[in-house]
Amino acid sequence: MIQHLLSTRDLDREAAIRILDVAEDMAQTADREVRKLPPLRGKTVVNLFFEDSTRTRLSFESAAKRLSADVITFSAKGSSVSKGESLKDTAQTLAAMGADAIVVRHHDSGAAHQLAHAGWIDAAIINAGDGTHEHPTQALLDAFTMRSRRHGADSRGRGLDGLRVAIVGDILHSRVARSNVWLLTTLGAEVHVVAPRTLLPHGIEHWPVTVHEHLDDALAAAPGAVMMLRIQTERMRDAFFPSSREYAREWGLTAERMTQLGPDTMVMHPGPMNRGLEISSAAADSSASTVLDQVTNGVSIRMAVLYLLVAGSSETADSTGGER
Amino acid sequence: MVARTVLHDADITRALRRIAHEVLESRRGDGRLVFLGIPTRGATLALRIQQIVDEIEPGVSSAGSLDITLYRDDLARTPTRTPAPTRIPAGGIDDAIVVLVDDVLYSGRTIRAALDALVDHGRPRVVRLAVLVDRGHRELPIRADFVGKNLPSSTSERVSVRLTEVDGNDEVTIE
Amino acid sequence: MTGILIRGASSLGEHTDDIRIRDGVIIARGSLTAELGERVIDAAGLIALPGLVDLHTHLREPGGEASETVLTGTRAAAAGGFTAVHAMANTSPVADTAGVVEQVQRLGERHGYATVRPIGAVTVGLAGEQLAEIGAMARSTAAVRVFSDDGFCVHDPLIMRRALEYVATFDGVVAQHAQEPRLTQGAQMNEGALSGELGLAGWPAVAEEAIIARDVLLAQHVGARLHICHVSTAGSVEVVRWAKARGIAVTAEATPHHLLLTEDLARGYDARFKVNPPLRRDEDVLALRAALADGTIDIVATDHAPHPTEAKECTWAEAAFGMVGLESALSIVQRTMVDTGLLEWRGVARVLSTTPAEIGRVPGYAEPLEVGSPAHLTLIDASSERTWSVADLRGRSQNSPFVGETLPGRVVHTLHRGVSTVLDAELVDAETVAAAHEAVTRG
Ligand SMILES: [Zn+2]
Repeated sequence: MIQHLLSTRDLDREAAIRILDVAEDMAQTADREVRKLPPLRGKTVVNLFFEDSTRTRLSFESAAKRLSADVITFSAKGSSVSKGESLKDTAQTLAAMGADAIVVRHHDSGAAHQLAHAGWIDAAIINAGDGTHEHPTQALLDAFTMRSRRHGADSRGRGLDGLRVAIVGDILHSRVARSNVWLLTTLGAEVHVVAPRTLLPHGIEHWPVTVHEHLDDALAAAPGAVMMLRIQTERMRDAFFPSSREYAREWGLTAERMTQLGPDTMVMHPGPMNRGLEISSAAADSSASTVLDQVTNGVSIRMAVLYLLVAGSSETADSTGGER
Repeated sequence: MVARTVLHDADITRALRRIAHEVLESRRGDGRLVFLGIPTRGATLALRIQQIVDEIEPGVSSAGSLDITLYRDDLARTPTRTPAPTRIPAGGIDDAIVVLVDDVLYSGRTIRAALDALVDHGRPRVVRLAVLVDRGHRELPIRADFVGKNLPSSTSERVSVRLTEVDGNDEVTIE
Repeated sequence: MTGILIRGASSLGEHTDDIRIRDGVIIARGSLTAELGERVIDAAGLIALPGLVDLHTHLREPGGEASETVLTGTRAAAAGGFTAVHAMANTSPVADTAGVVEQVQRLGERHGYATVRPIGAVTVGLAGEQLAEIGAMARSTAAVRVFSDDGFCVHDPLIMRRALEYVATFDGVVAQHAQEPRLTQGAQMNEGALSGELGLAGWPAVAEEAIIARDVLLAQHVGARLHICHVSTAGSVEVVRWAKARGIAVTAEATPHHLLLTEDLARGYDARFKVNPPLRRDEDVLALRAALADGTIDIVATDHAPHPTEAKECTWAEAAFGMVGLESALSIVQRTMVDTGLLEWRGVARVLSTTPAEIGRVPGYAEPLEVGSPAHLTLIDASSERTWSVADLRGRSQNSPFVGETLPGRVVHTLHRGVSTVLDAELVDAETVAAAHEAVTRG
């Protein structure tokens, strides 16, 4: 198992499926009488949020607590991390507090990578979103959601082979898109991305994706899942697109476009949604929508990641351990 | 050292039949029997014992598996293990007679973990323990209610249980 | 003042003889015998180069003394074989008045490690709006001839046109930091497949090339000299080559780091590799080397940009742009140009001494190592090799991208006006240098 979770590029197929399978076990415990599990007893998980994101923070918090970890949350608002303290100083403070894992959300790309590799702290680092780089647990929960919808109880051990996924919107600035492109490809899915040229990264022709500039072209390819990305209206000011009206018309999943989707096509969104902009209410509230599943699955995926990265020792002990 | 076979396939079948009978005899009143095996081979054994019980007295028993990975007391000392699925039969374990099933009883730590895991799933009326082999050397105050074979061993020896469903044949060896 | 006899150095790596120095001037060359009281430097096996001249140095004083001072920066320069540096104007206060440039020049003169030639700002406060008092700076005792808003591009085309014309009035040159600001808003690294993957805002090559194209045309139109700082892309090389073919008076520099390093180094988000302009692709590096060899790029300039540790030990986006480079420049040029066969040592002298001195109007470098020239020279051991560590950095800051790299060549002696600033590969202490320098200048 890897030591940190920084990018979905670091996961090979086996490692990715292992996380998804463990998440299945974690999901199972959700409807037990006692939902708490003991494996992180005595471990300290720090949520270090330089950027506000209530939903991701709560998801990680509840995952860590369900595993019996002690949870400390540092968030940008009102704590030392806002007062110009450097990432390095914060990391060293957390090291002194004995953190076993740090879940980090940062507005700058590479922040998680630096925490993991600069030698400031020994803990396992989990990237909860870094700038416009990656958001690996989001991609994992998306993959988990797709796998569950597709294979139900028979999901274990499977990838997403042959599934065609269209990711639509601000690919240029989206960490969700990046993490999904690498992970879905690793899991055998066929990834299509859809955006006006202004919102496609330079060099996207080197990515393992099929590029469409028009949403209707992508929908004509009959994707099994359509993932709508949140569009930030501030992008208008930098001339990425002229108006929300035009964006919604050209790249929004409108009620009319919903009728073009196949009966089993999933409609996904990492949230929070801009209804009426990138996604219509008709799409968001349809039975095809996985939005609420994604939220539920987020906790299971984060439990799996925390368990796999934090529970065991990093040294290789004898292989059997238990009784024989 | 050369492995020595201590139970052949016929011995294992006989031992499991005996355990099935003993479990039924010990069942007082109309208690529902739930056999929960500890993965991997305990789960296979639980299924086999329950099938025998079901032939003798149909409809009073069910079988499932109880993973104890997340409850182990040596989690932090070993590399992370992937949990195995837990399958609690329909009807749950509340007020049931739960029989935990494992292949080998040794230090008792696995069973300790299983007892912890069990209470997170509900409150059985009683909990019993059935094992194919008891090799001694307990580190905790735990004993088995139903034993296929007592096998005195030294701690340097290694007891291996092979089952057809998992390993291709039925056999218990010591080396 | 006693004389110095340098014995057995190979001038420009071409022929071996002895060099006699007296009162800061080279007075004889040939097979010479040591005179009574003369200090002898045994230079057998060493190559003699003219003292190196850097056209692009950030000395940080006044205002940035936590990163570098005139003293520490010129010590780093001496350690790298330099005898003259051009101090960039982006200090605090900005070098946009005669007062500031004279202060910087005086500090250099007092310490004596190198000739400090202040660069004046083109516009007041580097703000790009109103011309600074270029005439006053040119006529000051600092005799400023190079003007630059480096760090910022003179992006307003009208201001740039006027600056070219006005600076020409005083025989000066505008050194342009070519970076279209709107195309590089928030930019963090070279724009390409890698920036997309790393989620770092891209810095397109066209943002540099478009400004260079505009400015060479402006320089042609007004008949003025133009110098392009730190050319970093193959496209920029093409534009400069085209301009030179048309007879436009443009000169261009490349930095050592752009001759060696590529954007791949951003992969680890280690901000030591964050620089303006950004590290580019392999094909850009190769184009820069070829252009330096064929004269399209005239000189190598370090863009020595010291920063305190905390400005680099942070996230990539928060980190400051820039790398220190004085100490390592010659080694990088050796590795990328000499050891690859692209340039002879005579060519190294051209790109690191004669031509930068000519662009900056620094006197005394026109006839390198010739009798009658000031004794600015450096003696190097080209056969030595070492793995760079922070101990090899002699300025105040440690933001070198080369720490950990094995680099060829070593500066064994540096003489500035006949005064040893580096002796047997060690920096000479500040009091000794200052005293000796004063003695020479008093004559
Ligand atoms: Zn510059």
